[in-house]
Amino acid sequence: MSDNTPFGNSITADDIIETLSFFDGWEERYKYIIDMGKEIPSMDPAAKCDENLIRGCQSQVWIQHKADGENLIFSVDSDAFIVKGLLAVVLAAYNNKVPADILAFDVENYFAQLGLLKHLSPTRGSGMKAMVKRIRDIAQAT
Amino acid sequence: MTASLNSKMFNIDKVRADFPILHQEVNGSPLVYLDSAATTQKPQAVIDAITQYYSGYNSNVHRGAHSLADKATYVFENSRKQVAAFINSPSVNQVLWTRGTTESINLVAQSWGQTNIGEGDEILVSALEHHANIVPWQILAEQKGAKVIPIPLDSAGDIDQGAFESLLSERVKLLAISHVSNALGSVNPVADMIAKAKAYGAVTLVDGAQAVAHLPVDVQQLGCDFYVFSGHKLFGPTGVGVLWGQEALLESMPPYQSGGEMIDTVSFDGTTFNGLPFKFEAGTPHIEGVVGLGAGIEYLNALDRDAVKRHEDDLMAYTIEQSEACDGLVRIGQAKHQAGAFSFLLNGAHPSDIGMLLDQQGIAVRTGHHCAQPLMNTLAIPGTVRASFSLYNNRDDIDRLFAGLAKAKQFLL
Repeated sequence: MSDNTPFGNSITADDIIETLSFFDGWEERYKYIIDMGKEIPSMDPAAKCDENLIRGCQSQVWIQHKADGENLIFSVDSDAFIVKGLLAVVLAAYNNKVPADILAFDVENYFAQLGLLKHLSPTRGSGMKAMVKRIRDIAQAT
Repeated sequence: MTASLNSKMFNIDKVRADFPILHQEVNGSPLVYLDSAATTQKPQAVIDAITQYYSGYNSNVHRGAHSLADKATYVFENSRKQVAAFINSPSVNQVLWTRGTTESINLVAQSWGQTNIGEGDEILVSALEHHANIVPWQILAEQKGAKVIPIPLDSAGDIDQGAFESLLSERVKLLAISHVSNALGSVNPVADMIAKAKAYGAVTLVDGAQAVAHLPVDVQQLGCDFYVFSGHKLFGPTGVGVLWGQEALLESMPPYQSGGEMIDTVSFDGTTFNGLPFKFEAGTPHIEGVVGLGAGIEYLNALDRDAVKRHEDDLMAYTIEQSEACDGLVRIGQAKHQAGAFSFLLNGAHPSDIGMLLDQQGIAVRTGHHCAQPLMNTLAIPGTVRASFSLYNNRDDIDRLFAGLAKAKQFLL
């Protein structure tokens, strides 16, 4: 399992809010989101199993986690570029955090500030809602 | 000249003006709606009919002893006559209201299927089918020890007719196929397949959900036993649909749900059921839906259907022509006859990426497996991007689609 994602480590949720606020048009924003996705290392094919698959998404989305001391380390992947970019946005908020911080994080407000709230809608099919729920469930169970 | 004054018209600009929802911006661009296979938009006449029902004569049907109920019942039953005429049903009583295609199929599976399907029987479906025309049969087959057998496709996305004929036998009790594929737009040769299946004594059901807004439907010409469709894909509201059936079959079938309306007499010694079509219509029906569907059919009937067909065929031909000039676009399904839907992949990109990038440009398409996972498995793809048209689309919409795809490609290199 790869730990070398910058999201949640060198790139925080505040960094992403700040960067996205520089962009006026949707094109720059989506290019940036897609580029972030490209910085997430691909998940080991063996880890792309049913157990790690998030259901209910139009694209396939996987998540794996492990503990590093008190912190939870997540690795994620998707077969769609934009979804993978949105996963980077999610990781920036949740990766390498203690469970209490994960549970306290206001993700609706975060996505609203980014102008991406529609991706948290359960009907969107991008799977972000289900991904956030999985991360919170993991934090709850830890 | 007098003939042209009396004849029906099709003027695309006028038609577009009839659909208020089309005239808006989405994500900063004028809306291009290419998702009519999911649901068609509604003309003002349908919206008005629903409003007039609630503001003028809302009442329960068939029950009241007052004028509003009489009017509601009249309009409700008049819609049934409109549907009967629309599909050339020999009798109005053969048109049953349901919640939609899915419920119509479930009704047949549970009512006809429970009494007529037994151990070792075979149910043929095509590999193109929507889940709604697969899963109810699977559940029935499991309960009865029967088998659901998919008819394979050829490489173009047409049902393999040779394979179909080789699957036919006395064991086949039901053929359930779509008239038009929701995922690929293939128009299936249903009349021919029905005749072949009937030669073996099979009962036949046609899923017309994707056909009714595009093709003339004549149930007598098709020769099927059941024909089902949804109102909301025919310019009507959601939540209402039709089950058409052969009268003798419907008469022989037990009720599907029970409650009001479908009852003749009730006592604690026993209950007798109402006749067709009410035997299958338990509870207060979706009156506004039925009223709206009638208005939708009336709207379509007022147009020159031949001209509508030519217009839609032109849109499909133009889309195919444009797609050939679009580098990296791979058509999914190239059936001999296609209606309504054009499925594709672009540069190996995930359909969901293409859908999101088109949405940002105000272009509405559907992406994914289109509730046809067995078909996607057959094609070995995760899904497609599907652009689907209706009579209110024009060539500008197609130009916007391909301009949108050109832009999407810049993101996904």
